[in-house]
Parts: sequence; structure tokens; C-alpha cells
Amino acid sequence: MEKNIILAGVGGQGILSIAAVIDWAALDAGLVIRQAEVHGMSQRGGAVQSHLRISDRELFADLIAHGTADLILSVEPLESLRYLPWLAPEGHVVTSTDPFVNVQGYPPVERIIKALRSAVNPLLVPAEQLAREAGSVRASNMVMLGAAAPFTGIEPERLEAGIQALFGAKGAQIVDINIRAFRKGLTLSNANQTTS
Amino acid sequence: MNSSRLLLLGAEAVAQGAIDAGISGVYAYPGTPSTEITEYIQRSALARESGVRSSWSANEKTAYEAALGMAYAGKRSLVCMKHVGLNVAADAFINSAITGVNGGLVLAVADDPSMHSSQNEQDSRVYGRFAMVPVLEPSSQQELYDAMFHAFELSESVKLPVIVRMTTRLSHSRAGVGRRDSVAQNPLHAEYAPERFVLMPHNARVQYRHLLELQPKLETLSESSFLNRAVEGSGPLGVIAFGIGFNYVMEARRMHGIECRVLKVGQYPPPRRQIDELFAACDEVLVVEEGYPVYEELFRGYFGSPKIRGRMDGALPRDGEMTTDLVASALGATPAETTAVPEIVINRPPELCRGCGHRDMFEAINTVMREQAEHHVFSDIGCYTLGALSPFSAIHTCVDMGAAITMAKGAADAGLRPAVCVIGDSTFAHSGMTGLLDAVNDRSPITVIIADNDTTAMTGGQCSSASGSKLERICRGLGVEEAHLRSITPLKQHLDENIAVLREEFAYDGVSVVIARRECIETAARKKRRSAAKGE
Repeated sequence: MEKNIILAGVGGQGILSIAAVIDWAALDAGLVIRQAEVHGMSQRGGAVQSHLRISDRELFADLIAHGTADLILSVEPLESLRYLPWLAPEGHVVTSTDPFVNVQGYPPVERIIKALRSAVNPLLVPAEQLAREAGSVRASNMVMLGAAAPFTGIEPERLEAGIQALFGAKGAQIVDINIRAFRKGLTLSNANQTTS
Repeated sequence: MNSSRLLLLGAEAVAQGAIDAGISGVYAYPGTPSTEITEYIQRSALARESGVRSSWSANEKTAYEAALGMAYAGKRSLVCMKHVGLNVAADAFINSAITGVNGGLVLAVADDPSMHSSQNEQDSRVYGRFAMVPVLEPSSQQELYDAMFHAFELSESVKLPVIVRMTTRLSHSRAGVGRRDSVAQNPLHAEYAPERFVLMPHNARVQYRHLLELQPKLETLSESSFLNRAVEGSGPLGVIAFGIGFNYVMEARRMHGIECRVLKVGQYPPPRRQIDELFAACDEVLVVEEGYPVYEELFRGYFGSPKIRGRMDGALPRDGEMTTDLVASALGATPAETTAVPEIVINRPPELCRGCGHRDMFEAINTVMREQAEHHVFSDIGCYTLGALSPFSAIHTCVDMGAAITMAKGAADAGLRPAVCVIGDSTFAHSGMTGLLDAVNDRSPITVIIADNDTTAMTGGQCSSASGSKLERICRGLGVEEAHLRSITPLKQHLDENIAVLREEFAYDGVSVVIARRECIETAARKKRRSAAKGE
């Protein structure tokens, strides 16, 4: 088992929390992990990504090579396009459809989706709506993790245990909201896989 | 071996390694990608229990000197900085190779190839060669952890400071790390050794000769280092892979089924015997370095060698970070077919946070500047550097820590009016104070705007060495006149009065300081969350 995952978004959107949950679960499963992230200047409202690699054998590079990512998990639609050169031919793109507009000339979401569809068969997730239903719009990133869960190579139960471990210190209510958000994403993803 | 594996950033592996190797203190100034080393030690319960000293220093030079003093007193000390920070600490660093150390002294320096958060991509291994001290360059988080034990032992055995060099990619990447049993701290053991530590010429000459005589021994030590090893292979092409260059070579080798011989180098001076062996066995040698082609250039020599390939003949790019793709192509592999980035994808550069006080400060500065014939604003390194970008385009220089004040002074001396500069509270404490003294002594007509947000914000909100009323006291002490030491609150509702203050001070024919004071909104929000969590 070896998975190369690119997490994409805008600084402050919580991709490092997604990474932390997957890391926790992968470590729990006894897998080898390399997870490169962005700190410093580019963090502030800029495009950020994390290269996450998990494997049952030794890994060398912290970065994913072009054309070898099994999954692009993006919490923002425009950002899902930025990393397409890394995607493997059989790779999956799971993206939120909620735009984060902080630059001039941000294209209409319909054009982004069209560009995405012309390159891959993406799983589109109304993350904010599902997170709101789960109890808090701030749990959008866990909706996205749930939707991407079937492509991570890690059992959903183990990822949920990771959420429990990561958010445990913030109280039972926060954990519940994030677990609910995760399950809403996962349900959407499973339904999509059976229909397509 | 402690059985539990920790998930650590490379920077954190350095920190945990240093704690477990028995340091008594860490000294540092924040700088990406090195900040997390010191932050980890500050959070560590083990470090706290064992009394490891860990608060931030005013700058890298004060940090390095304090670490040297701790090593003089016989204890193990760690000093951390980013690559450009070593320029600030260079005087102390180079001379500490002449004095040598007593307790172990390890300099952890984090370089930033591709300049993710830096002004240049200088390679700290050059400083290692310059000072003639051992440099360790581990290639994984586990190696970083293990290398800290090795670095302190090496430092104490050859009585020299040792550099542990890493780059952004390793510092900011997580992996599982297994721990070892920890080592007890050294007892206090300061020796009188003026013949080593008083660097008057008669002593320095002797010490320098000693350092030169040590060099062959350092090379021999590299031969047996766990950080240097050969990977079996075949074929006419061999690779010397330094630091994390090794990772990309191994990845490309596996991905493309390439069988070439590889020599991994992670301890300098490089192991001569192993390098000779590789050169003897191969018709062609690719040199892969994460940074400058420091050793490629050395191997080529002045007259060149047709056998060597690397960054200097275009086999690899001359600048920027290494990747598996670049190495694979240098090894002759066919690049994978990839999907292009659609044209509608626009850049998303970083920006000042919404609600940040710097935004209001720049609005006021821009308003007054528009009234002037000359619009130059000299600035410095911090979040406020983002004022260079749209929509503000408010600053016109950013060179090195403290240069805002001194460049404004020089421009004022040349006749530029107004000569205005913007510098943060932490940067002012780091390197701004001495420049302000120069301006006061010369009565240079400059206006210094100190953006005091009470933190070192860009690197994530570390304690600033001088903020709040301490800044007024410093400026007063340096000789800034009371009438021209002003403060403003950069908020929307104060815009008009802030404009008035700036207009007055820009017109003053002498040194004026305007402190634009408002807490960083990120720090404020973090404090609020913390106190709310405590209240529950």
C-alpha cells in the first residue's frame, strides 16, 4: 500500500488539521509517513499545499513527483486545479465547491468546475452546507476528509479515531460535530461511487 | 530505544534530539524554516522539568554568543537560526571555530532553497567550509534526531562547534521518529583557558594553526560517520547525493528502475576515500546538492572535469529546490505525462490578514505620501513587508533585518525628503536600535515608523524582545527628542488624526519616531481562545 495525497487550500482553511488526522491514523496503522507542509510567509491568505505520503515500505522523498498523486483533496475549488500536474492518470480529485475569493480576477465557479471536468472526473462536495448541517461551518475540512476517505487507503473508523484524538482536548461537543461532518462527507462519497 | 514513535517535523526532531542529548539551553531568534525547533523546546515538559533555558534572543548574534558562553561553562548548548540569520551571527560563529568549545555547541541552521520565505537561498554549508568546522546534513527526520546526539559528541570530542544543516523541505515535513534514552546534562565546568578564548593575535595564530591541523582528522571522522554510506549499484553512472538530495535520487531510482551506484553524504568535510572509490568505479558522476553546487564546483576544479554532471552544466537547474522529477530527468528517465494547469488558474499571493493594524497604518502612510514629491518608503522584514503588494504598494525596500532605518538615513544624507521608514517592534529590537543611534548622532532627518504589534508575527507570534512602553524608553535613551517621539493607534476611526501626526513628523527636519501600536489580531485571537479554554 502506498498513497500520495496532495492537500490543497488557502492559508487558514484547515488543511493541516486534515493532514494531522490522516497522519495520526496512518501512524496508528503502523504505516510510514512523510508529510511536507507550508509555514511562514506564504501562509497568510496565500495558496498552501501539503504533500502527504503514506506507505507500508520505506519512503524517501518528502515531495510527491509529478504524475504520481493518487488523490488531490482540495478545500477550495480553484486550488484543486493548481496541482493537476501532480495527479496520476488514475488519480482522484475531491474538492469543495465553496470558493474563497480574496484575489481580483477570481473566475466564476462554473468555469472552474468546467475546467476540472475537462481534465478529470472530480467528486464535488458542498462542504460548507454539509458542515452547517453537522453543526458548524468550521467543520468543512472534516466533511472534505470524509468525502476523500475512500481514496486514502485508511479505514474510516481509524480516521474517526484520529478526529477523536485530535479534537478530544476541545471537548465532546466539538468532537461530535467533526465526526458528524466527517460522516456526511463519507456518505456523499459512497453514494457517488455506487451511482457512477 | 524508547518504543513509542513520535510524529515530528524535521525541526521538531532536532529539538527532541537536542533535549534528549542533554542540552542545558537553546538560544534563537525566530526565522522560517527554523522557528519550530525553539518553539518545540519551549513547549516540552521534559525540557521544562530539566530546566532547559529556552526564551527568545534579541537576534542571532546575541543568541550565538550566549550559546558559546554556555558551552564555555561546560554545558551543552543549541543555537538555532535561518540561513540569513547566520550572516548576523557570522562574526561570533567564525571566531568560535578559532576559540573552540568546552561543552558541546551545535548550530542548527535551516536554509530555504527556492526562497519560500526568504530574501535569498544562500547555502550554510559554505559557512561550514569557511569556518572549517564539521557540518552534518541528515536526510530524514529520524537521522536528524540521531544526528543531534552525534553532533554533541563530535563537538565535545574535537572541541569545535558543529553545524547541523537542514533545508525547508525536511524542516517542515513530518515523519515518525523513534527516541533513544536521554543523556544527563553536563555539570557546570568552566575552565580558565585564556590562551584559547582571548583572541589576541598571539593566541589566535596558535589556535588557527590547531584548527588547520584538525582538518585531516575531521575528514577521517567523516569516513566512519553513519550519515555517509554507499548504496550498491551498477552501470557507468554514479551519483553523489548530499543531504536530502539522497531522498530524490533514491525515489527516482526506485520509480524508474535505475540501478546506479549512489554515495550518500551527510557529514562534512566529505569522506575522501568513499568519493575516490565512486569516481574510480564510474565513467560519469552526477552531483546532487540541495543548495549551491558547493562540492560540485570543488570536484570540477578550476579547469573542469568532463566526467562531472550537476547544477553547473545544466543537468540540474542552477537554482531552486531539488525534486524527484529533476533528479529523474538528470538520470535519463522519461518524464511522466501530466495534466497541465488550466489557464484560468490565477496566482494567490499571501496578504495581510483582514482586520490587521498594518492595513490601517499603510492607508495613513499612503495618504500622506501622496502629498509628497518623493514617495519612497524604506521597509524591513516582517508581516508589514506584505505592504509592498497590492492594494497598498506602500513600501519600496526590504533588504535585511534593520536596513529600513539605516537605508532611510543614508538616503536622507543624500538629500531625499521625506526619508520615511517602517520597521516592526521585533525587527527594531533585532537590528534597528543601533541604526537609530547613528541617525540621532548625525541628526539625519528621518521618520521611523515602528509598527508595534507586540509580537514577532510573521513567524507565528513569538515573544518580541522590545514592544510596548519599552520601545519609548529605548528611543528616549537613544536620544530621540520627546516632542518627536509620537504614538498612534492604527484603527479606521483614528485615520484622520494618524494622518495629521505623520504629516507633522514627515515635515520635521530631524529624527522622529512614530510608534503605530496595535496588537496583532492573530495573537489577540489566540489569547482569547486560550483564556476561554481556561474558563471552561
